[in-house]
Amino acid sequence: MTDALPHSLAPEPSTASPTKVAARDINVHYGDNHALRNVSIDIPDRNVMAFIGPSGCGKSTFLRCLNRMNDTIEEARVSGSLCIDGREVYDKSIDPVVLRARVGMVFQKPNPFPKSIYDNVAYGPRIHGLARTREELDVIVEESLNKAGLWNEVKDRLLEPGTSLSGGQQQRLVIARAIAVQPEVILMDEPCSALDPIATARIEELIDELRKNYCIIIVTHSMQQAARVSQKTAFFHLGSLVEVGPTEEIFTNPRDPRTQDYITGRYG
Amino acid sequence: MTLSQRAHIVSAYGAELDQLADDIARMGGLVETQLTEALSAFVRRNAATTAAVRAREKQVNAMYGDIEKSIIRLFALRQPMATDLRMTISALKIASDLERVGDLAKNIAYRGEDMAEFAPPPVLGQVERLGAIVTQQLQEVLDALGSFQIEPALRVWHSDDEVDEHYNSLIADVLTSMKVDSNFVGPGHHVLFVAKNLERIGDHATNIAEAVHFMVTGQHLEQIDTTITSAGKEE
Repeated sequence: MTDALPHSLAPEPSTASPTKVAARDINVHYGDNHALRNVSIDIPDRNVMAFIGPSGCGKSTFLRCLNRMNDTIEEARVSGSLCIDGREVYDKSIDPVVLRARVGMVFQKPNPFPKSIYDNVAYGPRIHGLARTREELDVIVEESLNKAGLWNEVKDRLLEPGTSLSGGQQQRLVIARAIAVQPEVILMDEPCSALDPIATARIEELIDELRKNYCIIIVTHSMQQAARVSQKTAFFHLGSLVEVGPTEEIFTNPRDPRTQDYITGRYG
Repeated sequence: MTLSQRAHIVSAYGAELDQLADDIARMGGLVETQLTEALSAFVRRNAATTAAVRAREKQVNAMYGDIEKSIIRLFALRQPMATDLRMTISALKIASDLERVGDLAKNIAYRGEDMAEFAPPPVLGQVERLGAIVTQQLQEVLDALGSFQIEPALRVWHSDDEVDEHYNSLIADVLTSMKVDSNFVGPGHHVLFVAKNLERIGDHATNIAEAVHFMVTGQHLEQIDTTITSAGKEE
């Protein structure tokens, strides 16, 4: 593995947060399909990194490497080095279940469990043994719902089904569920694509709040959303990482013509 | 005229950007003519030309209003990014500078009417020279805008010192003449105003040069050429 990154992929010096995720030469194959090619990137802690690119460019594939979701796909092969806080994610000693608590994930469609609002949030802490008593669990549930900006809306209906909430509330419930197991990295795969603009704004406000404590990586097809919520943006194309840099620069003065063509709507 | 070689997927959006570029080019052409006519109106005290400058100024103001509206529409409906964003923002700034140049040209032409009652002052040649430099600056920067060339834009940006030099020399000569001959105070004060207007037009040309540079490169001139800025280049 090489440590040297091309200029446009080099991590920002100076005031940037310390690196949380460091990927070097990540390649992913699904059978004969070479889905991700030599991706090397440093992702800072307490920041939002947006992954953009056309469908099939590899951004979600890379996201799924970070919590080993690709392990569940039989024909998927991942090579390269992927470290979180310096520890190799694909090391044999890493338990994927524990890893997925550290690296939480929020999907395109809200997917609450068919349980009460309370149990949706309490489920993770219970199975990971994070609470010894019911009181401790209550505290975790309240704190998580608070951090997800949902507590005031559901505190009087905690025993109602999670699925009774609106789409935006369900997505915040799922975020609360991810937060409840004390993650360090939160992956979001198009978290607002099924939401209306108000619910989207609430999630974006939440992302802005959460970035004070977490490393957040978001895949989005909305350029405006990437511009609004992220501090850094990475552009993927045909399985390669083309360019990564401060979001402001990517959207005003991208270096690579492929990025330029994509974000201005000249791609294809 | 666009910065990118490739067409937009949404052709209507591409057409709107092309239209904006065309409108700016037309406004630039109009203002260029207006300045040439204004100088002629002042130096040769030609009342007919003054009327033409006044009419053109109304046209320029209307164009500015239309361009501003189309840019607001572009931001609201298209959310331009990257080169499109830089072009749209630069167009807004350039249109504003051109509109001001139009106003200043009109002021120069009006001074020509006021000068009619006086004999041609000896400094008129200096006014013409200053006017020629500023007109050249405006032409060059508008060519840079049309061709996306940063070299001519940089030349204009650097030539601001030359304008200042001629301007200061003209002002000094007018003030000296006023001291020597109080009859020169009447025509002299008109020359002072015209000189100031020309100097301001030079400033607007350098503003346009900065906008062209940003549009093409994505970088602000002042941040690149700090030595020139610190050497005393004015706004």
